[in-house]
Amino acid sequence: MDFVSILSIFVMACFVGYYVVWSVTPALHTPLMAVTNAISSVIVVGALIAAAASGIGAAAGVSKWLGLGAVVLASINIFGGFAVTARMLAMYKKKEKK
Amino acid sequence: MVLQILAAGAAVPVVADLAANPLVAFLYLVAGVLFIMALRGLSSPGTSRAGNRYGMAGMTIAVVTTLVTHVPRHAAMVGCGTFPLPEPCVVPSMKECCLVFLGPDFGAIVEILAAIAIGGGIGFFTARKIKMTDMPQLVAAFHSLVGLAAVLVGWAAYLNPEAFGITEGFIIAPHSRIEMGLGIAIGAITFSGSVIAFLKLAGKMSGAAIMLPGRHVINLGTLIAIIGLVGWFTQDESLWVIGLVTALSFAIGFLLIIPIGGADMPVVVSMLNSYSGWAAAAMGFTLHNTAMIITGALVGSSGAILSYIMCKAMNRSFISVIAGGFGAAPEAASGGAKEQRPWKRGSAEDAAFLLKEAETVIIIPGYGMAVAQAQHVLREMGDVLKKAGVNVKYAIHPVAGRMPGHMNVLLAEANVPYDEVFELEDINGEFAQADVAFIIGANDVVNPAAKTDKSSPIYGMPVFDVDKAKTVMFIKRSMGGVGYSGVDNDVFYMDQTMMLLADAKKMVEDIVKALAH
Repeated sequence: MDFVSILSIFVMACFVGYYVVWSVTPALHTPLMAVTNAISSVIVVGALIAAAASGIGAAAGVSKWLGLGAVVLASINIFGGFAVTARMLAMYKKKEKK
Repeated sequence: MVLQILAAGAAVPVVADLAANPLVAFLYLVAGVLFIMALRGLSSPGTSRAGNRYGMAGMTIAVVTTLVTHVPRHAAMVGCGTFPLPEPCVVPSMKECCLVFLGPDFGAIVEILAAIAIGGGIGFFTARKIKMTDMPQLVAAFHSLVGLAAVLVGWAAYLNPEAFGITEGFIIAPHSRIEMGLGIAIGAITFSGSVIAFLKLAGKMSGAAIMLPGRHVINLGTLIAIIGLVGWFTQDESLWVIGLVTALSFAIGFLLIIPIGGADMPVVVSMLNSYSGWAAAAMGFTLHNTAMIITGALVGSSGAILSYIMCKAMNRSFISVIAGGFGAAPEAASGGAKEQRPWKRGSAEDAAFLLKEAETVIIIPGYGMAVAQAQHVLREMGDVLKKAGVNVKYAIHPVAGRMPGHMNVLLAEANVPYDEVFELEDINGEFAQADVAFIIGANDVVNPAAKTDKSSPIYGMPVFDVDKAKTVMFIKRSMGGVGYSGVDNDVFYMDQTMMLLADAKKMVEDIVKALAH
């Protein structure tokens, strides 16, 4: 993919983000932060690529271990972020109608 | 024993550009769209749980796609010293040898799965155990992990660029170096900034603003140096350049957050949220990965919007929050001599009596409620009053607590139905009809000086019009402290105000007891 098409995706996504986030109700701002934190761990994709790369030489070896470290960190975030969001959202209840 | 040779041709990088495979590119796009739907779901509590599941589905797709397309393989050098090199030869940078890929490396596969299991276990366990009052520091800690992960991925890409398909000939493509440099820099700032925010929020470090002399000059100089070095990195891919970028970025994250304290924390947490998104986006540019770019943009704008909302709710400019120092020392200049003004102290019994007689009670919780863990007993009090026919509502200021929406989560935890909880602009008109405004652990958000006193540091901040209520009950530990901003509050001295001086939880418990008889 060339730089311009990637940049277009990025710019469009910024606009989508802008409108989607404004529609989030203020009562859910804490879960919003938790879930955005969880999805920003999609950086795990880069970590997995690094951890799976094979290469010869010291630099490639270090790169692999950095990748594995990043996989651990991102996984903490993914599981922790989604789990804590689910836990919070489960608490939001409506008034029971009598 | 060459079992399989993956890529061919000296000019082709080892791992072909991911986007070159339409199916893989499509799957990452699907993941990105699911992330958008995850945020969309949060527009109402009813759809939010489905939203969270979309997010999980998106993440699963992104992770599985990467795992399947990047199976670790054994590598070997062949044909060293021979000319011409045997075809097909994979890595062009190995000038004298040819690198070929053999069968799957099961050891490495196990390592990766173990890394996911370890991280996932820690994350899941933490999420299950954390107290809701501790959410701000948990979120800050999670942000720091995203930041550090971005730094590690950036460095991994720098050390093994062939694996990421970002080489041009024997060197890293200059545009990839910019993206990588920015990703590492933003990631490092996110990391060290979030660590400081975490320490402050968790009370492991003084929450007060810590001022360094000449910090604006230092900060600005460091930022310029980082940008300059990232620019220089396109010309010179030496280790020291990117090393210095990393070190300076760690330093600036630390320096930026140190002078910001207490009530400005919601802005800081939102801002770091935004940074963690931009870091992911920068890495997405490096890897040409749509899921990362879309997510980065979403998270980046989300955090930026939250910071904006928080700043607006305090009537402070983003720049002045970042410049820091708010509330470092109460300014003695304004007001001059401190006069002793009369105020009335009430007991739990007095409060219970008035509450029971009231028709409408509006409860205003603040950070003090979180500190005292008073949300459960507060809901109990609300229940007793509702049974007695009192109309109970909760009013939440956008900056109440230490992160956006903090009070809402605590009330939800205490089983307060979300349709009894109102935002500032929705309820502010109702104070004139309210019999009791019940303030628990809040202070600056009810200070009328924000409306009237131009010299006040909180002037212009939207506040609750509690002075219009017939009776104001103000739970406060003592008359000593005067809110985070250090401004005296006229509400204390109004005729209709009853000061309830005690620990918030203890006081509400006593009121509940008094209500019982």
